[in-house]
Amino acid sequence: MTGRPGGRPLVPAYLSTGGVARPSRPHLERLSVLTGSGEPAPEDLTAAQLALLDVLEDGSLTVVEAAALLRLPVSAVRVLTAALLDRGLVLARAPIPTADRFEPDLLKRVADGLRALKH
Amino acid sequence: MASAPSSTSGIHLPDTARDLVKILVAGPFGVGKTTLIDSVSEIRPLHTEEHLTQASEQVDDLDGVREKATTTVAIDFGRISLPGGVVLYLFGTPGQERFRSLWDDIAYGALGALVLVDSRRIDASFDVLGLVEETGLPYAVAFNAFPDAPRHHTPEQLRAALDLEPGTPMVTCDARDANSSLDALLALVEHLIDRDPPENR
Ligand SMILES: Nc1nc2c(ncn2[C@@H]2O[C@H](COP(=O)(O)OP(=O)(O)O)[C@@H](O)[C@H]2O)c(=O)[nH]1
Ligand SMILES: [Mg+2]
Repeated sequence: MTGRPGGRPLVPAYLSTGGVARPSRPHLERLSVLTGSGEPAPEDLTAAQLALLDVLEDGSLTVVEAAALLRLPVSAVRVLTAALLDRGLVLARAPIPTADRFEPDLLKRVADGLRALKH
Repeated sequence: MASAPSSTSGIHLPDTARDLVKILVAGPFGVGKTTLIDSVSEIRPLHTEEHLTQASEQVDDLDGVREKATTTVAIDFGRISLPGGVVLYLFGTPGQERFRSLWDDIAYGALGALVLVDSRRIDASFDVLGLVEETGLPYAVAFNAFPDAPRHHTPEQLRAALDLEPGTPMVTCDARDANSSLDALLALVEHLIDRDPPENR
């Protein structure tokens, strides 16, 4: 793409997914944590896939944070992530370890944490 | 290559992040959602541009996206890292029926919702309250304190006007003030703790 004005998305949302609008994995949540695997990027990645790998270079991000940085809808990032997961280039983990989802003191830790922030 | 916007610093998750949870900050346009989120967020305010129809299950090919994705809505979010590895995300969520599929996607897995109400225009929050209740999310109501808000309503009148259950917490807040926003969030979280035993969650 040429002549892209500053501040616009790298790739239009409808092109960014390479024609696939639905991810092959349904379980990517907005808050799933994405981490680059550190594998070298193959040459056949799309620009949007590379851009996603790029923002994960310096550390982990949630799906929604990656979407905000790339200026893409969350749905598009889910599709990109699914492709990179399939190729072992990205790792994803659920927002809360499965065993902890109903941990009784999770809410209490949230409340204590919020109280500690007050000044 | 021209990639992501340059300043990604400070946005990556701390290594200590373990449990990521979310709360919806819901309310009509102009009620103070973005203001509240910004007042407590540790990262600069971020948002995603969501294509309303793209969140829907019916879209399964590119043509569908091109045809239907005519409306976008910006969804703000913020993040608060708490001690003990908990990271709380706040999602500013407009509640109108046309945002329904997006709403469901954002609400998935949420602890609850803080519903903001502008007491100068209470009825603007009816749609949001309806959506929250339909989704089954536990919630608290925060009246955002605008200077010209009417002061003659009693809490009982406000509760009746919004048709709230007796147990639903009602607080007033100033979304511009971090402590006040934290208090409103605390009212919700304490309600979640008191509400029912964990096995019912
Ligand atoms: N006086 C006062 N103004 C507020 C308060 N919260 C928000 N505002 C103002 O109301 C306007 C709309 O707020 P905003 O956060 O953008 O609303 P949103 O559409 O729900 O995200 C902005 O100009 C804010 O500065 C508040 O608690 N008190
Ligand atoms: Mg806003």
